[in-house]
Amino acid sequence: MKIKTLQDLENVRKAGIKKLFPDKPRIAVGLATCGIAAGGQDVYEALETALKKKGVNAFLTKTGCFGICNEEPLVNIAMPGKPLVILHKVQKEDAESIAEKVAKGKLPEEKALCKIEEWDHITSEKPFFYGKGYENIPLWNEIPYFKPQKKVVLRDAGIINPEDIEEYIAVGGYSAVYKALTKMTPDEVVEEVKKSGLRGRGGAGFPTGLKWEFTKKEKSDVKYVICNADEGDPGAYMNRNEMESDPHMVIEGMIIGAYAIGASEGFIYVRAEYPLAIERLKLAIKQAKEYGLLGEHIFGTEFSFDIRIATGAGAFVCGEETALIASIEGKPGRPRPRPPFPAQKGLWEKPTNINNVETWCNIAPIIKKGGEWFSRIGIERNTGTKVFSLVGKVNKVGLVEVPLGTTINEIVCHIGGCGIKSKEIKAVQTGGPSGGCIPRNLFDTPIDYDHLKEVGSIMGSGGLVVMDEDTCMVDTAKYFLSFTVDESCGKCVPCREGLKRMYDILEKITDGRGTEEDLGILDELAHTIKATSLCGLGQTAPNPVITTIKYFKDEYMEHIKNKVCPARVCRALIDYFIVPDKCKGCTICAKNCPVGAIDGGPGLIHIIDQSKCIACGTCMDVCPFDAVVKLSGEKIDTPDKPIPVKKGR
Amino acid sequence: MDKEKLQEIIDKYDTESGKLLGILEDIQRTEGYLPKDSLIYVSKHLNVPLSKLYSLATFYSFFNLQPVGKHIITVCMGTACHVKGAPHILETIEELLGISPGETTSNGKFMLTTSDKQFTVNTARCFGACSMAPVIRVDGKIYGYNTPKKVAEILKKYGWRGK
Repeated sequence: MKIKTLQDLENVRKAGIKKLFPDKPRIAVGLATCGIAAGGQDVYEALETALKKKGVNAFLTKTGCFGICNEEPLVNIAMPGKPLVILHKVQKEDAESIAEKVAKGKLPEEKALCKIEEWDHITSEKPFFYGKGYENIPLWNEIPYFKPQKKVVLRDAGIINPEDIEEYIAVGGYSAVYKALTKMTPDEVVEEVKKSGLRGRGGAGFPTGLKWEFTKKEKSDVKYVICNADEGDPGAYMNRNEMESDPHMVIEGMIIGAYAIGASEGFIYVRAEYPLAIERLKLAIKQAKEYGLLGEHIFGTEFSFDIRIATGAGAFVCGEETALIASIEGKPGRPRPRPPFPAQKGLWEKPTNINNVETWCNIAPIIKKGGEWFSRIGIERNTGTKVFSLVGKVNKVGLVEVPLGTTINEIVCHIGGCGIKSKEIKAVQTGGPSGGCIPRNLFDTPIDYDHLKEVGSIMGSGGLVVMDEDTCMVDTAKYFLSFTVDESCGKCVPCREGLKRMYDILEKITDGRGTEEDLGILDELAHTIKATSLCGLGQTAPNPVITTIKYFKDEYMEHIKNKVCPARVCRALIDYFIVPDKCKGCTICAKNCPVGAIDGGPGLIHIIDQSKCIACGTCMDVCPFDAVVKLSGEKIDTPDKPIPVKKGR
Repeated sequence: MDKEKLQEIIDKYDTESGKLLGILEDIQRTEGYLPKDSLIYVSKHLNVPLSKLYSLATFYSFFNLQPVGKHIITVCMGTACHVKGAPHILETIEELLGISPGETTSNGKFMLTTSDKQFTVNTARCFGACSMAPVIRVDGKIYGYNTPKKVAEILKKYGWRGK
């Protein structure tokens, strides 16, 4: 059906509510990419079979990701009038017992992670009330992982079915479009976004309202809006989840933006590595068209707008807006100098407004609740929330949405639960290859655009990669440079040649051939590249090196002066030894050594020939007795030749 | 790739924006690589110089010009995977399959195929499945929390018979 009036929207909303609150149990399996990889699809199929087999009258459906990734697969169950309960680490083997309990109106409480009694979808008129009960299950926002979080962008993720537009409308979806198109002028929309203080969530933090105003002011017969979904920062996957779990919120934001600036066509540029996001966006666009929310005369107004998908093909630099435009035009994605800015000359030389996925996700709530409401979240000049992907060497990994201005410590230690196996956390890396490594002693830094810049990093798109004592900071800097060297488009010399030279020097240092002079050259190169590169990629690529030298100079010096890698990562600086007291002479290591560097035999203490060893670590991986140790700058006493293992061990 | 199928792919795109890359991606997805014949066909039908298609195919890492093995193993090289040992996982896979860098790669991109054409190994920047790092993908299916031991188990599922 085509939605033309508020009444039409209301009718669809009621139909959607019946799906969210059916008069029977609703079981939703978290099926975003991460949920599927954790086995969610198998769980879904097993539940389907089990419910059918036992003749249970329940509504089985799918949902997106609720954000607590290492508890996946997640399944949520809502019995009529009872709280929504989130089950964690559900396996397909659990399906039968879940079905059995649901049939009796009970819950598999042993699998419950938390419950939701009331949920604010923000865009709905009032919060949804599920019910009270289940005293033994904690409320979702009582558990440490969620306690400091505030879900604005992830308002629907893991609750509604992302493949059903009616459920999105049920939680107030597209009512912001209705409001904007029928009750506000384009100027008022821009004004509201300006008032909210929203800044671009792609990383640079340019005020969104201002950007819209620039494009709006341009006179042109055709204008475009683009959603930048080329989430290229390694270690960041917020946008993937936003698109997979709630694709309509991206579309709704784009419709409002297009109305405000006067665009008639929109593109979502998604990286090819996200097939599920592409699939769900395509479906969402199709549904929005069927319901008349995209296409001609939306809500019966004069405004018409359509969205298409354009896919990226694996080039990090295409996240830069002028490169992205070139890519949509079918060219290699090489940036060009600005000005002219895309607002003046963008796609096919027409005024174009580009925003990141998450920026678009914030638009509907801003229009619905007002810019004033939004500006009260977060801190001054950094309003709203930000979704971060908290990953790496931290206990709890997943997607975390917090008000801007939350400290690193709060996120890494309170939400993330600190280091794995009580390892000491050393740093957190923000902003991907353009960002920097922030050391532990600066963890009271609030995460927002300005404070991160002060400590030499950037917000970036929201990746937070935690590093611990086993992470070598020189290796980390080298890793990021290898990334940017590969991804440099080759157009400008500082980035193309300079980064390569920086990489060579870092390789020299990690190989144990570095000199103190190298640090000076690195510094000089870094600052030259920053100052003279054409686009953001080159201008920020030295950041990982600059910050690691600034905060972890001692680690560089260890590599240079003592030829020691304190984290025991850099292969040229580490040696493997077999501890004689622990070796049981089982021969497994010798059999697996790819270069035949291990001498021994059944019942003999094995010895590694250091001149042959390539430090691949295979012996350590295969030893069943943990007898192999990895050292840097140290040695242990080993016999000269294999001798029998002492009896009685 | 047969002409009908190619024409079908080309006809799907009704606007210039996103067209060229879209067509190449569809071919890449269907064939696993960009066959020369297909590129020549696209070049003729869209009146785009073949050199331009070659330029795109070599600029974007999603494309490759060489036929691939039966199973494609992609090792994620994202930051979370890196700090959790992705380089070691990649080495393990190379070692298990008996291939080493430089063996079959020809266009400067990282892409290795075993001599029996059963497996092709390549790397990706980031799958966005960082929570389960280190991650690999085999024929589109994602496997997380890898260890050298687990990798061998995964390879066995795809017909690898051991060294």
